[in-house]
Amino acid sequence: MRNVLPWSEQAPPDGTMGEPRALGRFGEYGGRYAPESLVEACREVDEAFREAWADPGFRGALARLLAVYAGRPTPLTPAHRLSEALGVRLYLKREDLTHTGSHKINNVLGQALLAVRMGQRRLIAETGAGQHGVATATAAALLGLEATVFMGERDIERQALNVFRMRMLGAEVVPVTTGSRTLKDATSEAMRYWVGATGDSHYCIGSVVGPDPYPWMVREFQRVIGEEARGQCAEELRAGVPDYVVACVGGGSNAAGTFAGFADTPARFVGVEAEGGAGAARGRLGVLHGCRSLFLQDGDGQIVEAHSVAAGLDYPGVGPEHAHLRDLGRARYVTVTDEEAIGAAVRLARTEGIVPALESAHALAWVIRAAGDGRLPAGSTVLMTLSGRGDKDASTLKELL
Amino acid sequence: MTHPTLAAGQVERHLRARRDTGRRLLMPYVTGGITPGWTDYLKAFAAAGADAIEVGLPFSDPTLDGVTIQQAGDTALARGANTRRILADLSEVRDLGVPLVVSTYYNLVLHDGPEAFCAALRRAGAGGLIVPDLPVHEADELVDAAAAAGIEPALLASPATPQPRLAEIASRSRGFIYAVSLMGTTGERAALAASAAGLTERIRHVTDRPVLLGFGISTPDQAREAGRYADGVVVGAAVMRRVLDGAGPEDLRAFVATLRQALDQE
Repeated sequence: MRNVLPWSEQAPPDGTMGEPRALGRFGEYGGRYAPESLVEACREVDEAFREAWADPGFRGALARLLAVYAGRPTPLTPAHRLSEALGVRLYLKREDLTHTGSHKINNVLGQALLAVRMGQRRLIAETGAGQHGVATATAAALLGLEATVFMGERDIERQALNVFRMRMLGAEVVPVTTGSRTLKDATSEAMRYWVGATGDSHYCIGSVVGPDPYPWMVREFQRVIGEEARGQCAEELRAGVPDYVVACVGGGSNAAGTFAGFADTPARFVGVEAEGGAGAARGRLGVLHGCRSLFLQDGDGQIVEAHSVAAGLDYPGVGPEHAHLRDLGRARYVTVTDEEAIGAAVRLARTEGIVPALESAHALAWVIRAAGDGRLPAGSTVLMTLSGRGDKDASTLKELL
Repeated sequence: MTHPTLAAGQVERHLRARRDTGRRLLMPYVTGGITPGWTDYLKAFAAAGADAIEVGLPFSDPTLDGVTIQQAGDTALARGANTRRILADLSEVRDLGVPLVVSTYYNLVLHDGPEAFCAALRRAGAGGLIVPDLPVHEADELVDAAAAAGIEPALLASPATPQPRLAEIASRSRGFIYAVSLMGTTGERAALAASAAGLTERIRHVTDRPVLLGFGISTPDQAREAGRYADGVVVGAAVMRRVLDGAGPEDLRAFVATLRQALDQE
């Protein structure tokens, strides 16, 4: 399996997580495979983002919102009791403590400010677990924008609380009844809607997927996770840098943002996917939703549905930069089962008093497994991004526990 | 500017020859594998006066299609349709007298690689290819593979495409230019989009390749109006809605004939 690819001890020249090559290429992945009707809109987003990202005024406005509204910086919490039990030193980057309860707010505040700068009046978003939808609805309310959120009918059933939160925040939630009625179909429907709404709407993609510049832009907006953690590790750890950096991967935005802060260090990167949604570990080259990357497909080239107890990992592909990091051997991608993730969630709740989102629990499940079978050597320092809190999963867990 | 017939392939030569007689071109669409005897629709279209026929290879995630074509694709996939079977069906259809243009999303082209895909199209008797999620700046690998296999890839142009980019699209496109009449997905509309005329005119400034207008052209009246500025029309959702409602090849022959008639009146 690809899980046994060798790890690069040093960041390869192309694996430093800087700006992608022309046309948004990360190695052979990425690109701007958008319908011609969206190419100009993508170009405008790209141009606006480049200008904004080089503008200290924009950076300052975003940093201030992240601080006074979203609650950054988030703490780095040593997981004392769990560390002792596992024989490693585990630190949790607490994205669950942000406003709205997940890392999604980092990206959304960036894109919402960009939308205002571009003169758009509406945000379009797709959502799986509902975390990105809630974050989008929140940022729209904050900045006086409208929000239209596409969500698969099946996810609407599974995530009733987040649907209510979005509506409470004034967003329009549009049920998607086509295909598997989950995140991939919500994404397709959001793209279709955007084709007819480019004049007044910004498509606020929630992960490091989609046509250029989205994978790069979303990673840059999530980079704050990794940069904060880098500084915090420098204070907490004698070596300054953890031995391992671990994060869950659906499309891969919290992982990309975390990895980016450590790209120039010897830290080993581990992306943890759901067994039933392992785009990086088991995907095959393809093009979907505007980018060339790795996707789960059947023998005919049709995209297959992903299945995970964590709705946010129910995406049949992975962001193009992760596909590239995998090829380079810079990051390793592994999978855990629903059962392992649920067990990890319960264990974190009972040893540290933290109820993680089921997505984040996947990352922890790998740490627990790897510490147990020796793949994480005793005494290793591990930074794990706890991407979100578990409130939204209460009804799912109630049925399973 | 492109040289008219220098590099033109079969599809383009055929469309140019018909256009040059003053005829407005008609390209109806059918989703491959939609019914057991689906290739009978091709014969019906040809008999009703189609100048080319578009055959869609269904894809699980058709991001530029509205509900009708989505449903048609889902129906075909549920029947077990796939690229290999549809092309096998196509290869048994001969003597249509008009070129076949396959359309699909790029994931299916990449599945076996652009070279193998284009070669398979050629063996099945197709002449052209439309890939709606492959814009001109990403098209090099397909354009090269298509040229090697003798397939003509027709690129799409949209109302949002800036003029210099239209020129690039026109010079790289083969067979014809697919002008997307509106900013939206495929599907029937109450009226021809206002953006259709302007886009067609802008394309005319950069090429004399045939320009086919598609998206939202649903009725004979709309086809007639579109024929005033474009060289012809593509009609997809209006055909497929009828097929999904149970209309057979004979019904569709009658419908396509009304489109033919409307275009000929112009």
